[in-house]
Amino acid sequence: MKKNKFHISTCLVYLFLIFWAMTTIYPIIWVVQNSFKAKDKILANSFSLPLGELFTLSNYKKAFNNLNIFSAYKNSLFISLSVCALVVLIAGLAAFGMARYRFRLRKVLYSLIIAGMMFPIYATIIPVQQMESSWKIANTSNWFLTMLSVILPQVAGNLCFAIVVLTGFIKGLPIELEEAAYLEGCNTRQIYTKVVMPLAKPSFATVAIFSFLWSYNDLYTQMFFLRRPEMRAITRLLNELTSQEGTNYGLMAAAVTLIVVPLLIVYIFLQKYIIKGMTAGAIKS
Amino acid sequence: MGTGIYKRKKPLFFFLLPAFAFLAVYLYYPFVMNIVNSFQDIPRLGVPASGMNTPWYSNYVQMFTDPVVGTAMKNTLIMIGVTLIGQVGIALILALMVDNVKYGKKIFRTVYFFPIVISATALGLLFNLIFLYDKGMINQMLEGLGQQTLIDWKSEGRALLTMMLPVMWQYVGFYFVILMTGLNNISDDLYEAARIDGAGKWQSVKYISLPLLHNVLCTCSVLAVTGALKVFDLPWTMFPKGMPMKSTFLTGTYMYYQTMEARNVDYGSTLAVLIVVLGMVLSGVVNRIFKEKDY
Repeated sequence: MKKNKFHISTCLVYLFLIFWAMTTIYPIIWVVQNSFKAKDKILANSFSLPLGELFTLSNYKKAFNNLNIFSAYKNSLFISLSVCALVVLIAGLAAFGMARYRFRLRKVLYSLIIAGMMFPIYATIIPVQQMESSWKIANTSNWFLTMLSVILPQVAGNLCFAIVVLTGFIKGLPIELEEAAYLEGCNTRQIYTKVVMPLAKPSFATVAIFSFLWSYNDLYTQMFFLRRPEMRAITRLLNELTSQEGTNYGLMAAAVTLIVVPLLIVYIFLQKYIIKGMTAGAIKS
Repeated sequence: MGTGIYKRKKPLFFFLLPAFAFLAVYLYYPFVMNIVNSFQDIPRLGVPASGMNTPWYSNYVQMFTDPVVGTAMKNTLIMIGVTLIGQVGIALILALMVDNVKYGKKIFRTVYFFPIVISATALGLLFNLIFLYDKGMINQMLEGLGQQTLIDWKSEGRALLTMMLPVMWQYVGFYFVILMTGLNNISDDLYEAARIDGAGKWQSVKYISLPLLHNVLCTCSVLAVTGALKVFDLPWTMFPKGMPMKSTFLTGTYMYYQTMEARNVDYGSTLAVLIVVLGMVLSGVVNRIFKEKDY
């Protein structure tokens, strides 16, 4: 009798776990299958598979013709890869300095970094826009300058967090290797690039993934700085879609599919690193 | 540190200068300027202030009398409640369950986490389709279950629920992973000892897992509160401009609305100051309630 009861509770646990898994998987399956149906078929029956008569590619044709999807991808990738590279470069140097040197202002600088992590983007965006307008890099017709006007605030938004994660990691590295390199005649810059950076690779990967995804998904900064249609990046394009083509449900389903599926594939391959990257700060503190 | 590698302080400038110069220009200076801006008159976006407001605190008077600020604050507080109870609560239940089952731990982790990777804007479009009045996924499901009339999920009475459910749903996996890490750090010996002493599964959860998760839960709560204050993408995609009737504004979306749509740039700065103050007060409160314990 007792054994039987135990089995029922295990079943219920699995049932609940599978139910929650369905809430995350099914919406994606649903939107993908509907992206292959005409609008009226979506409204009539959205749960059947797009087979036979239901199947159409017209939504995708429309998506590629009407929307600047490729150019948006290009803009997004350029912005996010630059943010990622700059954050890794600048934060790495600072983290090494903070982790290894003992100096008078160290505590003050560290609390400045912690405070910087708390600043919401809302509290800096308007002055940043004023500043960039006065430098003539915001809202110009020049593609590179426009991209730069988004990249720089996004770097600032990720830098403090990256420094904290990297400082923690570098502090934990054994100093003996650096001492050995010093005795071999390396200067501190060489110690950083030849000893510390290779050893800290896992945490650099964490920071890179975090800042890439954060930048790729961030709509707010893009809303302020990417106002010309040809400059739009992916999230900005999607947001625009709601107001322009709000009732073209097939096109919306196709656009969501085009944005979500590549990310999903990358996620499946890199999930170990991505999950680590996204939760790094929380688990450390 | 026996050797003198890091005794010479000169290279230190090379390491620290790029980061702190950058932060000074793009973070600390704008942060201070934003507070100054809130007392000034800014004609439009991207231009410097033309002078002080008369009286200098007029934006703050406006803020305290603006009924939409009240709505936005109320919605933000509800959002915080939803994230605390919904995200952290559901994540805790899921984590405790997954910790106690044999098969599929990795798969559940992968599946629960992936909504976080997708941009909230794409999810906003997706949920627009799901909650569509005529006829999205939910209304078609309800029809299949025998419901006769269609439900308008974006009407004034239901809008808040429709906005907050997806936000809550998206981040459950985030807290799930953090809590799972916390649970994995609890030594198996403790459970083994409890089992030998005759404790059932529920008792091990109650007397071992939950107390030892206290600090992790505390971290999750602080993150949930500060996270709720930052929410922007999903609400703005699903309910732009506080639709319907400015009833779904959060402090963040209202700040954007005033700055970019209503063109009250200096009032937008004032709302940004409000968001900062709100964040400081609330994380202080949470820290006090869930004080970390040492074991």
